[in-house]
Amino acid sequence: MNHLATNFYEAASVILFGIGFMNLLLQNNLIKKFIGLNIMDTAVYLFLAAKGYIFNRTAPILTDGIIDANYYINPVPAGLVLTGIVVSVSVTAFSLALVQRLYKHYGTLNMDEIMQFAREGEGE
Amino acid sequence: MHHVNLVHNIPFFSIFLAMFCGIITPLISNGKIARRVHGAMVLIVGVMSAILLINVTKNQETFTFMMGHFPAPWGNELKAGPLEALMALTFSVVMFLTVTGGSDFIYKEIVPEKQNLYFIMLNALFGAMLALVYTNDMFTAYVFIEINTIASCALIMAKGTANAMVGTTHYLVISLMGSGLFLLGLSILYSITGHLLMPQMQEAIIALAATGEYHFPLLVVTGLLFIGLGIKSALYPFHAALPGAYSAAVPTSSGILSGLVLKSYIILAIKLIYSVFSVEVMRELKIVNIMFVFGLVAMVMGSVRAMKETRMKRMLAYSSVAQIGYIYMGIGLASRIGMVAACFHILAHAFTKSMLFVCCGSMVDECDGKEQLYHLRGAGFRNPLAGVGFTVGALSMVGVPLFAGFISKLYFASASVYVPGKMIAVLLVLAISMILNAMYFLPSVIAIWTPVKTEGEQTHKRVSVSPSFGIAVVLFIAANLTLGIWYHPFIHIIEMGISLLQ
Repeated sequence: MNHLATNFYEAASVILFGIGFMNLLLQNNLIKKFIGLNIMDTAVYLFLAAKGYIFNRTAPILTDGIIDANYYINPVPAGLVLTGIVVSVSVTAFSLALVQRLYKHYGTLNMDEIMQFAREGEGE
Repeated sequence: MHHVNLVHNIPFFSIFLAMFCGIITPLISNGKIARRVHGAMVLIVGVMSAILLINVTKNQETFTFMMGHFPAPWGNELKAGPLEALMALTFSVVMFLTVTGGSDFIYKEIVPEKQNLYFIMLNALFGAMLALVYTNDMFTAYVFIEINTIASCALIMAKGTANAMVGTTHYLVISLMGSGLFLLGLSILYSITGHLLMPQMQEAIIALAATGEYHFPLLVVTGLLFIGLGIKSALYPFHAALPGAYSAAVPTSSGILSGLVLKSYIILAIKLIYSVFSVEVMRELKIVNIMFVFGLVAMVMGSVRAMKETRMKRMLAYSSVAQIGYIYMGIGLASRIGMVAACFHILAHAFTKSMLFVCCGSMVDECDGKEQLYHLRGAGFRNPLAGVGFTVGALSMVGVPLFAGFISKLYFASASVYVPGKMIAVLLVLAISMILNAMYFLPSVIAIWTPVKTEGEQTHKRVSVSPSFGIAVVLFIAANLTLGIWYHPFIHIIEMGISLLQ
């Protein structure tokens, strides 16, 4: 319990990850499914950002000439978050393009209905 | 100016060349020219990989290539040894042969304005797979996993039919779950080790394992990473997207996805075992045993599902599920020889399954796209080359001597002898799976060589196939026989590569 209280950012991000993951897995509405994907990815970015931040320190930008590393937070996780954001943006763009085409063809966003239509189409 | 070893630049240059061709391909509006650019690129990478392979096996070395001149632990690195070079060479050869043999499908099934876009995706996919083989940095691996995912989804979707879209959605969702788990695992691993480069991570993990600190997070991390990669490489319970996606896609895409893309994730998993977690820690955490059990289940269940299937491409997809099970079973044996068998099976399956998909696609095409076995009767007489290719592939998958599939099964069986606790399970499941393989592959082989007597006179009208298809199938068969007869050098290289990975 104590660990949860001290690491509440991490705990929150893992819970968010779970919410996003289950949405991606179980949600029938395709748009909501990919919102789930974004929640999942964002949860990991929260985790990374929380890990990179060190209390009472400042952003690693040299302004007053201090080169001591103990004065700054860890910049690497921020770099990872940026890279991750680029990746998830492109994945989301691809997914939404796909969803749009599916909607144009089937006229619905419900995955179950789409699967049913697809099966009917195959059976012909 | 220090001495620059040109051979050491090959890994970087291969990835760069593939990505660069992906970038210039949009400028080429003609699909045929885009194909030539792609083919030339793959050939160049193949030749370079062969040079690299000869060099590293001669010197028995692995080397790291520093990207951007920042030394470890800050910079980004590529690492290459015999195993990596062999995999890059295999990927290039299989890619080249599959695209050469399957180029007709691309021209026929994809609208002409979009053919060049297909080759962009092929180039990006090839670059991403090479990067997964060579990278020495975990976050780079994650980024290329995602590039791999998007490119493979685009390859499935390229046909543009409704089925292809549904198949892509399925494949995309399942792949994204896999990469999400991988990313979370990677983030936690980074937070407990403080490194992203594999060798530094390994040092930290061995130190953590020795002190027993962070035991539970380490267990969770291995679970997340390997479940993530298991989902991406379609290990049995996570295979649901494969049949729909592979049967809806262009046969060329299916061949590449099943033969190569799934393997690139497994190679990453093997690198994780040796270069990140180290074999001792993996054994201690019991993850290998879980992989072993999943592998065994996949071997049986994949074959059972394949047996129930009457549609050819879906059957091949389920057969891939079973073959992925073989590879995980070999990894799960947690012995050197088991890993050698698994790596050899990666080669054998890459060469065999790509050929099967291309030949199957060619036969299905003449039957007006009907892929039920019933409609394919006599297809071997109408299209002898595809029929022979399919037969060779099927025999190799069943494990008939002289073909590639036999050698890996032989090695799996002999590997199990050294692991007493798992021997009986391996031999039993291997036998069951081989019988099941025979039970679904042989009927399809018999069906395509069954003469059909219909009222029409021109029952066995030969169809003409393009020369590129012919050359590709002949080379595929030659490669399969080479792997099946002169397998010693490959086993030797794999053994050397694995011992150098540690």
